[in-house]
Amino acid sequence: MSGHTDMVLVDEKGMRIDGRTAEQHRPIKIEAGVLNNADGSAYVEIGKNKVLAAVYGPRECHPRHLQDPTKAIVQCKYNMQAFSVSDRKRPGPDRRSIEISKIISEALEKVVLTELYPRASIDVYIEILQANAGTRCAGLTAASVALADAGIPMRDIVPAIAAGKADGHVLLDLNKEEDNFGQADVPIAIVPSTDEIVLLQMDGNMTREEFDHAIEMAVGACHEVYDLQKDALKRRYSKVQKEVSGDEQ
Amino acid sequence: MEKRNARPTREIVVPGDVLDGTGMKPGENAYVLDGKVRASVMGVRNVFQNTVGVIPLRGCYMPVSGDTVIGVIVDIGPSNWMVDICAPYPAPLHVNEVPWKVEFGDTSRYLGMGNVVLLKVLSVDESKKINVTMKDSGLRRIEGGRLVKISHSKVSRIIGKSGSMISMLKNMTDCRITVGQNGMIWIDGEDENAEVAVQAVKMVEAQAQAGNLTDRVREFIESRLPQDEDEYDEED
Repeated sequence: MSGHTDMVLVDEKGMRIDGRTAEQHRPIKIEAGVLNNADGSAYVEIGKNKVLAAVYGPRECHPRHLQDPTKAIVQCKYNMQAFSVSDRKRPGPDRRSIEISKIISEALEKVVLTELYPRASIDVYIEILQANAGTRCAGLTAASVALADAGIPMRDIVPAIAAGKADGHVLLDLNKEEDNFGQADVPIAIVPSTDEIVLLQMDGNMTREEFDHAIEMAVGACHEVYDLQKDALKRRYSKVQKEVSGDEQ
Repeated sequence: MEKRNARPTREIVVPGDVLDGTGMKPGENAYVLDGKVRASVMGVRNVFQNTVGVIPLRGCYMPVSGDTVIGVIVDIGPSNWMVDICAPYPAPLHVNEVPWKVEFGDTSRYLGMGNVVLLKVLSVDESKKINVTMKDSGLRRIEGGRLVKISHSKVSRIIGKSGSMISMLKNMTDCRITVGQNGMIWIDGEDENAEVAVQAVKMVEAQAQAGNLTDRVREFIESRLPQDEDEYDEED
C-alpha cells in the first residue's frame, strides 16, 4: 500500500502485470475433505496463495469461561507458516493474525447456526502455506468450505474476495505487487443467498465512486467463488460414488 | 428415511442450496428464507410427504433421548462417571442410574477409566445437558470384543433397511454386534470372523453413498469367509 515503484501495474490497454483485466480474478482451485483426522477440511489456491483449513467440532468449549450458554462459539486461528512469504515470517501469533482470526470467526458466526449447540465450540484452523496478497479472503473461503464439509449446520457458504485500487484503476483480486504498491485494498465477504456483507475492511484511500465500483465488482466475483465452493463440496461425493462404481467393473 | 432407498437419483445439496420454492414445508436440516426452503447442511435432498429436508452426510452425533449408545468412561466422580459418547457434550452417568448399589465415593470399584459401557440416553434438555442410564434390559458394561468408531450418519446404513445389513453381518460372520446410535460399534466373535466383520463395517462406512451395498458386502464376506451354503440361503 505505502510502497513506491516504477513498475507499470496497469498498462494503457488495461492489462495487469499478470495478464488479467481489471475485472478478472486469479485462477481458483478448491478441494474439500483433504485431511482425514479433522472433522472437515478444505484446500484453496487463489493464484499463488495456498491455504489449508481444518474444522473440529462442535465440541466441548475450552477454556470454560468462553462458553456461551445460549449458543456455540466459533473460534478461529489464522496462522501463517514461516515459509509462506519470501522473508521468513517469525512464527507465532502477531497483531495481524490475531485481527484476521477475529474478523474471520465473526464472519463465520453469522452463517453458522450456533444456537443449535449451546456451550459448544467450533474450532477453525487456517494455515497459510504460501501468501501472495489476499490470504484473509482465501482463508475465509477455505474455512467456510471446511465447515460445510464437517457437516456443521449453516445458513450458507461464505465466499470472499478483495477489490482495490492500483495505478489509479479499480481492480479485482489484487496480487502482491498491486497490494504493495497500490492505493487501496478492500477485502469483502458476503452471504450469497441474501447478499449480506459479513466482512468488509479497507486499507488505503478511494473515492466514494471507486469504492462503490469495487464493491459491485467484488460481490459479483464472490458469486463466482461461491459456485466453485459448492462444486468442490459436491465433487467430493461424486468422486466417492465413482470410485465405488468403478471397482464393480 | 423410508423413501431414501426407493429414489433412483440422490441429489447432493450444500448449505444455502434451494431445496424447494413451491410451498413445501422445511423438514430436517432446512430453513426458510424469502419463501424458499434452503438446506442448512451438506447432505442428500429428501422429500417426505409435503416437507423437504436434508439427510446429512457428515456431522457430529447429537444425542436424542431413547438412543442406545456405546460410551467410554473418561472420568470418575464420587457419585457419577463421565462417559464419552462422541457427542459435543459430556454425559454424566449417575450412581442412581446403574444396576448396582454403589456407596458414595465407591464408584471406581464398579466402573474404571476406559471401561466401555452400553447405555441409553435418558434425557437431553434444551441447554443440551445429557443424562444417561444403564438401568434397562440389555444395558451393561462391555467386556472383550472390538470397538469400531464410524461416523454416526452412517449408522442407518450399517443397520440397513429393516435391519437387513446388520442381520446379514451377524449371520455371515457369526459375531455378536451391537450398534450404538453414536457410531460406536462393538463386535465380538472369533479372531478371523471379527476381523472380517470389522472390515465389512468399515467398507459400509466408506461406500455408504453407493447403491447395492448389501450385495457388495455379502460378496466381500463370502470372499473372506467361505460360508456353508445351505445354512444362509434364506438370507435374501
